[in-house]
Amino acid sequence: MYKELQQLGVEVLSVSVDSHFVHKMWNDHELVRMVDGGIPFHMLSDQAGNIGRAYGVWDESQGIELRGRFIIDPDGVIQAMEVMTPPVGRRIAETIRQLQAFQVVRDSKGAEATPAGWMPGDPVLRPGPDLVGNVWKVWKPKK
Amino acid sequence: MPDEPKGCARVTGAILGAPPPQTAERNSFSHSPMEEPMTARVGRPAPDFNAPAYFRGTFKNVQLSDHVGKWILLCFYPGDFTFV
Repeated sequence: MYKELQQLGVEVLSVSVDSHFVHKMWNDHELVRMVDGGIPFHMLSDQAGNIGRAYGVWDESQGIELRGRFIIDPDGVIQAMEVMTPPVGRRIAETIRQLQAFQVVRDSKGAEATPAGWMPGDPVLRPGPDLVGNVWKVWKPKK
Repeated sequence: MPDEPKGCARVTGAILGAPPPQTAERNSFSHSPMEEPMTARVGRPAPDFNAPAYFRGTFKNVQLSDHVGKWILLCFYPGDFTFV
């Protein structure tokens, strides 16, 4: 999965309230047994929750950060966000799909849009007067 | 520029442009919540920050704005030794 992100030119940054020293321990003692070569991206430390507050994921009752995921484009603009409570883990495949869709839109300089359920290779929409009322001709939902 | 965190001097992330954290108050329970310097919203610039990080055996500081020009996936999670 990380390889796919690299191929898309995506840099991953993870953040938690653990110190960078604890990140090292976690990587060296557990993650290295799950991921070949250890964690390939920067693991950031936000012990006071300052970054978490700015991103709206700080849970002050527990002193932790919620599972927040932000897609930031090359101009530094947030294009997508998802915040989950801790018990449910993420599904990275959907994040990759969204990244691919945002890259298609950006490559078209905003001329193209991806409809609901869009997967790479599917037709895209070109919003404009001609498309109004005619989406059904170009986009056929599978389900 | 990512620079080496100096020993234990800097142990947390900071939002750029926010007032410097007052270390004496930081862990105090009576500390009133700081004013939100910026709030993340889609379509708006991502709040910039600088934080110490662990990366492939080394410690370094990471600043978000140093990575402008690349797509970034920023992921928060509740804590180490849990599933990400």
